[in-house]
Amino acid sequence: MITTRLVLAAAEETEDINPLIPHTAEIIISLIVFALIFFLLKKTVIPMFEKAYAERTAAIEGGIEEAQAAQKEAQAALEQYTAQLAGARHEAAAIREEAKEQGAQIIVELRAQAQVESDRIIATAHAQVEAERAQVVAQLKSEVGSMATALAGRIVGEVLDDSAAQKRTVERFIAELEESAN
Amino acid sequence: MTLALTTLTSSAKPPSPGPADFDLPGIFGTDVTKPMVLVVLSGVLIVGLFYMLARPAAVVPGRAQFAGELVYGFVRNGIARENIGSKEFQRFVPYLFTIFLFVLVNNFYGLIPFLQFPSMSHIGYPLGIAALTWVVYNGAGIAKKGFFGYLKHETVPGGMKGPILLLLVPLEFLSNIILRPITLTLRLFATMFAGHMLLILFSLGGEYLLLHSHNKLALPAGIISALLAIAISFLEILIMFLQAYVFTLLSSMYIGEALADEH
Repeated sequence: MITTRLVLAAAEETEDINPLIPHTAEIIISLIVFALIFFLLKKTVIPMFEKAYAERTAAIEGGIEEAQAAQKEAQAALEQYTAQLAGARHEAAAIREEAKEQGAQIIVELRAQAQVESDRIIATAHAQVEAERAQVVAQLKSEVGSMATALAGRIVGEVLDDSAAQKRTVERFIAELEESAN
Repeated sequence: MTLALTTLTSSAKPPSPGPADFDLPGIFGTDVTKPMVLVVLSGVLIVGLFYMLARPAAVVPGRAQFAGELVYGFVRNGIARENIGSKEFQRFVPYLFTIFLFVLVNNFYGLIPFLQFPSMSHIGYPLGIAALTWVVYNGAGIAKKGFFGYLKHETVPGGMKGPILLLLVPLEFLSNIILRPITLTLRLFATMFAGHMLLILFSLGGEYLLLHSHNKLALPAGIISALLAIAISFLEILIMFLQAYVFTLLSSMYIGEALADEH
């Protein structure tokens, strides 16, 4: 009995204040305030946040791109240097090769020149020797002739100087001498 | 039950927390009540605070901007993009961000000294935004699929055929179209109402037991009650945040589902 009375009392009390019954004013206020917050945030706050986001993303992506570009540039420079170095090496090798060839050619040329020179010297010497020999022979011929004539004249006791017979005899003798020498 | 009640009523004048505690009188004899003022104040607080936090809009954020972005990013990426999909989430971000902050601030009022009243424990406020969510997600679905296309999308589960639909279609309609705003409202309202009621119970009860009761067991009971009031305050912080999160999360899920291509 007591319990039922209490329950009834409680029911009476909560009938006045039922928390599940909304107040119209509260719904309206809730909607108005919500709408105001919504529009103010949408117009001011959110664009600022999004702007910061976008700029940050752009900055990060830009930084990455910049780094990539720098890396590419460095790579290109490295390739260029490598190519230059290879070129220089190649050139040096070519120069060395050329120098070697040139040296060899110079040696060949000098050798040829020296050969020619020596040939010339030898030829000159031969000619000189030949000329001298011819001169000596001629001189000897005449000297030997006169000496032989003089000797013969002394032995014979007569002058045989200018006769043609004499001359012929001497020449024949010399010819015989030459033949025996050969 | 009766015994407990009679012992309570027999002693001086114990507090009896109930719905009456939520029926606050108008301020200065007007019809304007405390939660009304608090709700309006929440608008000023939210817009003012976040305007200040977002204002630098710097590429390298300061501490304040970072804090603001943390909250914004939580709603934008953690809730909106996750549930609506990266194609269409952007235009719902302002709405979800507003819901989150509006519910969060109005919930936290329950623990802020001197304010100490969660506006969401008055059913009118959650009902307002739950109705708005209902309009938004149904509106988004109808705008995308047309009225009947959307209705079919929400009520006919994919891959179902035959007479089973006679049973499923009304059920789906009930759960997806009718009940969603009601459950949204009740969940938020009830947790805030019950949480605040618990706090009233343990704080007023503790005060009564410690200072006014003549019962021998009143002292230990009062100490326990006071300690529980503190413990429940901390629990309430968690619940207040969770409810704001859940309300926003469910709103985004409803929107995402309304826009989804298939079930």
